[in-house]
Amino acid sequence: MNVFRLKKLSLSFGIILVFFFSIPIQAQTLSAVEILQRIDQNLSSESRVVNSKMIVHSRRTDRTIVSKTHAKGEDHSFTEYLAPAREKGTKMLKLGKKLWIYSPSTDRIIQISGHMLRQSVMGSDLSYEDLMDDKKLTTHYRAQVTRTDTLETRMCWILELTAKEADVSYYKRTLWVDKERFVPLRQELFAKSGTLLKRVDMNNYERIQGRWYPKKFIFKDMLKTGKGTEFIVNSIRFNVPIPGYIFSKAALRR
Amino acid sequence: MIRFLLKGILRDRHRSLFPVIIISLGVMLSVVLHAWAGGILGDVLNFTARFSAGHLKIVTRAYAKDMDQLPLDLALDHLHSLLDTLQHSYPNIEWTPRIRFGGLLDVPDAHGETRTQGTALGLAIDLLTPHSNEVKRLRIKQALRRGHFPSRPSEILLSDTFAQKMQLQPGDTVTFIGSTMFGSMAMQNVVVAGTISFGVTAMDRGSLIMDITKAQKILDMNDACGELLGYFKGGRYRPELAEQIKTKFNTQYSDPKNPFSPQLLTLMDQNDLASMWDYISSMLSFMIFVFILAMSIVLWNAGLLNGLRRYGEVGLRLAIGEEKGHVYRSMLWESLLVGILGSIVGTLFGLLVAYILQENGIDVGNAIKSASMMLPTVFKARITTATFFIGFIPGIFSTLLGTMLSGVGIYKRQTASLFKELEN
Repeated sequence: MNVFRLKKLSLSFGIILVFFFSIPIQAQTLSAVEILQRIDQNLSSESRVVNSKMIVHSRRTDRTIVSKTHAKGEDHSFTEYLAPAREKGTKMLKLGKKLWIYSPSTDRIIQISGHMLRQSVMGSDLSYEDLMDDKKLTTHYRAQVTRTDTLETRMCWILELTAKEADVSYYKRTLWVDKERFVPLRQELFAKSGTLLKRVDMNNYERIQGRWYPKKFIFKDMLKTGKGTEFIVNSIRFNVPIPGYIFSKAALRR
Repeated sequence: MIRFLLKGILRDRHRSLFPVIIISLGVMLSVVLHAWAGGILGDVLNFTARFSAGHLKIVTRAYAKDMDQLPLDLALDHLHSLLDTLQHSYPNIEWTPRIRFGGLLDVPDAHGETRTQGTALGLAIDLLTPHSNEVKRLRIKQALRRGHFPSRPSEILLSDTFAQKMQLQPGDTVTFIGSTMFGSMAMQNVVVAGTISFGVTAMDRGSLIMDITKAQKILDMNDACGELLGYFKGGRYRPELAEQIKTKFNTQYSDPKNPFSPQLLTLMDQNDLASMWDYISSMLSFMIFVFILAMSIVLWNAGLLNGLRRYGEVGLRLAIGEEKGHVYRSMLWESLLVGILGSIVGTLFGLLVAYILQENGIDVGNAIKSASMMLPTVFKARITTATFFIGFIPGIFSTLLGTMLSGVGIYKRQTASLFKELEN
């Protein structure tokens, strides 16, 4: 009996030891690139369908904009705005680096390009580029773990990301990455000059289809005086088949 | 004595011609400079008041801080009740709402796809009310270059340069894309009724003019406007009255704790006009001072030369017993007459040049292509009452100063040696 107890105790002790030391071991062994890969595994997917709402906190009032997005890979995305009445029926199509907007009141399909892509979407703290930005971090950034930190009781690595090429929305990013879940809890986005442009807090993480995904993003444009924009994911489905016609200009008028 | 001196000046050209020419030239330059600077400054004030600032402007406190960014989300609301209050409290001021807004103009091709796009600076005013004062104030009908004046809310006017750049013709439909007062996307098809050219760089670059009721609809600004402009009846800006109204209104209605409470600004509070006015005024004063100084030195030198030439004359006058002070005073009187003569001639020529500049101006459009101020493309002079007198200040003072300095030599002459000198 005592021998059995001793064995059980040593087994429990072993499990506790493994638990206690597993995270630091991971931290020591994982490179910044591997951490980024784990983040991409959580956040990126072949395709996804997202029902979301965006709450824009402006100085005068708060507005809630409801939308449904179909996305495939990094380059294909189609968003339809469902509410409020003024935005209802507005659609956006992204194909590669091009973005078109359809508004039912004008029955026109308008291409948004150049500096307009950096403009705010519907008065929010998100730009069209932010909406289009669904790139895998590993593909476009070099990363370096600089230190560790605690954010809202969760242990984090601080990753400094620098763009590999100039063709990205933000030249530098600082990520607070949850050591356990491999998801960013906060991102600070910088211009090449080093100016902090935006801060994004990601929380309400949920386990969805075997991955951790934030149900709430809080965007704050650091150059604006507003109170920020909440982007709330009501539902999300990963790797669902999406018919090809969705990602066509014809679909904008349907 | 004046008659005697005047005869001397007119009959002895060696005594007067050179100083009169010098003074005339200097006075002419002063008159032209004054009229031209005044003309430009006056035009800047006038254009700024008419196109953007009004004689008075009411905006929200938050809007006033970021006015250059045209922050529609910080616009004035409850417009009608505010207008009622203002019309009751200040009946001698005409109040008119305006909306200045930015946006994108998208021009479709034959298939309705984007052909070209351009950034437009919108101005929404009362365009469609019959006999609208705004149309008169901005002289829109005179500024029309192609097409016709809008007759429906969906018709707009575009700056001619902008329309040409976008290859637009009157009658073409374009789509305006912007943001509403609440930040939503605003998209609306509008028809280009005509094109305009104001001759003001800041307005002619990318202006879009729309009726305010249509703009309120597109920009979701029901009973709201970006700016409420006030114009004194009679059309003349009255700085003291503007300041009084500002103090009274802001004390009564503006709440520093509420960013959306109204705030009244005067014309001079906007676009750094007050500092520009002070700067140009002090520059003018400085230039006139430098001119007087330079002219005095020139005339001092001329006086010295004259003194040398008239060495014998002065010596003789002193030798026959004329008092030194009397000789000195008579020379001052003489120079005063020379100064007046030179100033009259210089002012006449200056007025002639100023008149030519007032009527024709100098086209500096290419040099100020990127100007953000309400600068006219043709810089014109303006002849005012002051133009008739301004030249007399440097003309007379410099002559007197020059003679005072050169005439000091009279007191150095020794009476005892005068005859000996004259014998030589």
